[in-house]
Amino acid sequence: MIAYLTRRILFAGVLLLAVSLFTFLVFALLPTDPAALTCGKVCTPERIEANRTRLGYDQPLLTQYGKFLKGIVGGRTYGEGQGEFTCGAPSLGYSFSQKDCVTSLIARTLPVTGSIAIGGFVLWMIFGIGLGMVSALKRGRWPDRLISIVSVVGLSFPTFFLALLLLFIFVIWSQFLPFPSYVSPTEDFFGWCQALLLPWLTITIISSPYYIRLTRFGMLETMNEDYVRLGIAKGLKRWTVLRKYVLRSALIPIVTVAGLDFGATLGGAVFTESIFSLPGMGRLSIKAVSDSDLPVLVGTTLVAATFIVLFNLLTDIFYGFVDPRVRIHK
Amino acid sequence: MTSPVVLEAKNLVKYFPTVSKGLLQRSTDSVKAVDGVSVQVRAGQTLGVVGESGCGKSTLARLLMRLLPPTSGTVLLDGADITSLTGRELRAVRAKIQMVFQDPVASLNPRHSVGQIIGTPLKFLKENSASGAKEHVQELMALVGLNPEHYNRYPHEFSGGQRQRIGIARALAVGPQVIVADEPVSALDVSIQAQVLNLMEKLQRDLGLSYVFIAHDLSVVRHIADEIIVMYLGKVVESGTPKDVYSAPSHPYTQALLSAIPLADPRAAGTHKRMVLTGDVPSPIDPPSGCRFRTRCPRAQDLCALEEPALIDRGQGHPVACHFPG
Amino acid sequence: MSELVLQVKDLKVSFSTVDGVVQAVNGISFDVRKGQTLGIVGESGSGKSVTASAIMGLINRNSADMSGSILLGGLDVLTAQEREIRALRGREAAMVFQDPMSALNPYYTVGKQIAEAYEVHHPNSSKKERQLVALDMLAKVGLPKPSECIDEYPHQFSGGMRQRIVIAIALVNNPRLLIADEPTTALDVTVQAQILELMMSLQQEFGSAIILITHDLGVVAEVADEVMVMYAGQTMESSKVQTLFDAPSHPYTRGLLGSVRSLDNSERGALHTIAGNPPSMISLPGGCPFHPRCEFAASMNGLCSSVQPTLRVLPTTGSESACHLNDDQLLSLGRGVIHD
Ligand SMILES: Nc1ncnc2c1ncn2[C@@H]1O[C@H](COP(=O)(O)OP(=O)(O)OP(=O)(O)O)[C@@H](O)[C@H]1O
Ligand SMILES: Nc1ncnc2c1ncn2[C@@H]1O[C@H](COP(=O)(O)OP(=O)(O)O)[C@@H](O)[C@H]1O
Ligand code: SF4
Ligand code: SF4
Ligand SMILES: [Mg+2]
Ligand SMILES: [Mg+2]
Repeated sequence: MIAYLTRRILFAGVLLLAVSLFTFLVFALLPTDPAALTCGKVCTPERIEANRTRLGYDQPLLTQYGKFLKGIVGGRTYGEGQGEFTCGAPSLGYSFSQKDCVTSLIARTLPVTGSIAIGGFVLWMIFGIGLGMVSALKRGRWPDRLISIVSVVGLSFPTFFLALLLLFIFVIWSQFLPFPSYVSPTEDFFGWCQALLLPWLTITIISSPYYIRLTRFGMLETMNEDYVRLGIAKGLKRWTVLRKYVLRSALIPIVTVAGLDFGATLGGAVFTESIFSLPGMGRLSIKAVSDSDLPVLVGTTLVAATFIVLFNLLTDIFYGFVDPRVRIHK
Repeated sequence: MTSPVVLEAKNLVKYFPTVSKGLLQRSTDSVKAVDGVSVQVRAGQTLGVVGESGCGKSTLARLLMRLLPPTSGTVLLDGADITSLTGRELRAVRAKIQMVFQDPVASLNPRHSVGQIIGTPLKFLKENSASGAKEHVQELMALVGLNPEHYNRYPHEFSGGQRQRIGIARALAVGPQVIVADEPVSALDVSIQAQVLNLMEKLQRDLGLSYVFIAHDLSVVRHIADEIIVMYLGKVVESGTPKDVYSAPSHPYTQALLSAIPLADPRAAGTHKRMVLTGDVPSPIDPPSGCRFRTRCPRAQDLCALEEPALIDRGQGHPVACHFPG
Repeated sequence: MSELVLQVKDLKVSFSTVDGVVQAVNGISFDVRKGQTLGIVGESGSGKSVTASAIMGLINRNSADMSGSILLGGLDVLTAQEREIRALRGREAAMVFQDPMSALNPYYTVGKQIAEAYEVHHPNSSKKERQLVALDMLAKVGLPKPSECIDEYPHQFSGGMRQRIVIAIALVNNPRLLIADEPTTALDVTVQAQILELMMSLQQEFGSAIILITHDLGVVAEVADEVMVMYAGQTMESSKVQTLFDAPSHPYTRGLLGSVRSLDNSERGALHTIAGNPPSMISLPGGCPFHPRCEFAASMNGLCSSVQPTLRVLPTTGSESACHLNDDQLLSLGRGVIHD
């Protein structure tokens, strides 16, 4: 088990390094001049050259990448003398268009994106798995049909339309909720829930149908397994069989998908954040795209990728714990 | 009686490196799936291969088919070495050796119609077959006892025995010389097994095919084999004609395999003294020293742990790999 | 005669599917007595497993139409409450499945799975006690080193060993009836011999009645006392095992006997077979369900395809047979000749 863990962790590390190199190269090889993007309309050739040396764009690519990595580990200082400034570790670069270190920009958005992701995740898992279970247990009867119709309808809405619809119903028409905003949960937990309910609902409606289907399919599949029939034949209670025999194996594949989905949502719920104008990482990336703000793009991409790799690793470890076939090779 | 050898394997060895538990996945152990097996398949005849699960039968089949590269040893087809062929040359060989699989459900693509399934190998292995393909497939279907009108049906619409016939027709499509059948009847009802066995016999007679016929049960190959090899843990322990193997079995493993076959005679059921093997086949990663069968052998003695018995005739009239044949 | 353990009367089971109504079992009746072994033989799809599931109450009443009666432990399984049936499972009847690879829960150790079965009928037992029972059962079914095996997971065992574990689970509450649904079909012959021997010796020890389901008459000859031959969800013949082999009383039985391979029958050469394939259970042939494959149907002037034969007792042998041939003709089946 220890060896398995070490191997997974090492692998994740290597993967992240590869992702960082890849991201770095993709943006570095774009045909735009990164130095020219640092000052926009007010650029003079001198300024461009000055910024180029300050940011190190004049050096060979590999040196740039080395500095970038070093910055992540130990922070990074740009320029010298008067114009010198430092982005503390882990430094992901400096954004000229926002006049701030990329890391602090991202750090400011993380609580927002994290809040959206966590709340949405909890809700969509509860609804997805709960309704999926009901569907499987009542297969072919009206609850199953109803759930499948509702989830198809939910799935067929584009995110932005759904979000606008929810906004209209809950905020504008019934004035039941305030317009979504970000409130710190440590200061006002109830306010946090209230303010983020609509984004959560949006994500839930978009994501649950998939989980409903996965749960329903997994359970029906498992219920046909001989070992489940043997469980019943032993004389176990229906609920015991469901809990120990059906749910366990039906939920394991779901956890894998859920881990990845959660990691991806942490990387920014782009549509949801934009429509509800929440200052999350998704919005930060969108803005970076329209501003051609390369350092921010590299940073957000890397952070999003890190979340995915991290949660992939966590689900792998989880697998090892729950499935003896992974834990004990023979 | 001795027809020419079509397919021959000399000293085939296949070790699968195992994924060890170490940090860097450096592999040190290996599964010794096939360990020095030589066989000869003669034109128009059947070689029966028998042994318990995990004894290396399927691996041998895949080596003969050139679906797996051997660790060492050679495979000869019509006297020509095919061990290291690749690409076009290998494809030409594939047209001469075809395979029938054990599981009639898993080996047929559920989304392809029977016509497509039988016709596909034609497309890959023979170039000019677009026209006349359908008639050809329907002839094949008739040949194996399927209704040619069912050309457009899908595998799930057929019973187990019929699916196995589809598998046989697919193998026949490219006009092979040799068919390697890996437990083709093990998944079928006894009554249907008999049908498939009879069909394969008939096809052999009519088309002059050679078979490598794999089974875990000596009673299955009895009706079809001209030569039989008995395998245990990657090695041949006894070989010979059916007469040798059934009338004068000399290796204790062969004797145990024979004794395990149900007698189909209720009267004898009580009185018959059965030689039931205890336990399972040991791990092929770390096979017992000396004679590999010694951990389950009722006749084992000290010598058996020390020295590996060679596969030679010890006065039985056929080769046996046992120090104390009897 | 010894005491009755199970009585099945006119059992019918059908399922509605998208393709139509599957008539899986069409009116079968049989008794099983204490200490007796009943072999149920038939080709794939003949309704053997459905019969077994019905006895264990494993068929969902919402998804199937069932009629007749299954008397087990003083209850009719077809009408009893789920709670009442639960009390029967494991104690009155237990089951062994065909595929040992999929019959065990992959997420729990085999010790836990045996203990759990014991706990169902011994809810007040201590954990320690259950552990001891599990150890004892593992030893009884012949697993080497039970004290190590008890904490291992199913995937760490071979097929034969898993089937032994399934048998241990089935026998832990000392059931009066053990239903084994093709327990050796997925196994090597050598392992089949081991498992059959084990079942017989445990039957001696526990005194259970056994229903052994198989498609192989060779297996039946080894272990059964009585045999019921099923075809298309119906009983074709029901006999003492010796009688069935000496004097098969149904053309279908004779066909099955012909395809049995044994060491003393035949050299290389064609096996006797039954032509054709089992019928679709959705559209069963009218009359005798076997008539499309029966070599005698043609000489019966259409009787076989129009009138369904009922089971009748042949006075000479005591066998029951459902066939339109007359007694003499049926009696001569075993000799391979038919007199008109
Ligand atoms: N690709 C592989 N990698 C590692 N080990 C393998 C591989 N293929 C087969 N083996 C091992 O080689 C041994 C022989 O396998 P093989 O499938 O040839 O046995 P078999 O005699 O055909 O058994 P069965 O009757 O179960 O089909 C087994 O221990 C098997 O686990
Ligand atoms: N749950 C089910 N729904 C529909 N058809 C079924 C179901 N279970 C079994 N059947 C059908 O009933 C028939 C008898 O099946 P079974 O008892 O499993 O046969 P066997 O004799 O091979 O054990 C088959 O045609 C099978 O497809
Ligand atoms: S060599 Fe020894 S152990 Fe091997 S089969 Fe012969 S008697 Fe048994
Ligand atoms: S009733 Fe007719 S078809 Fe059926 S088994 Fe008897 S002879 Fe054959
Ligand atoms: Mg194999
Ligand atoms: Mg069955």
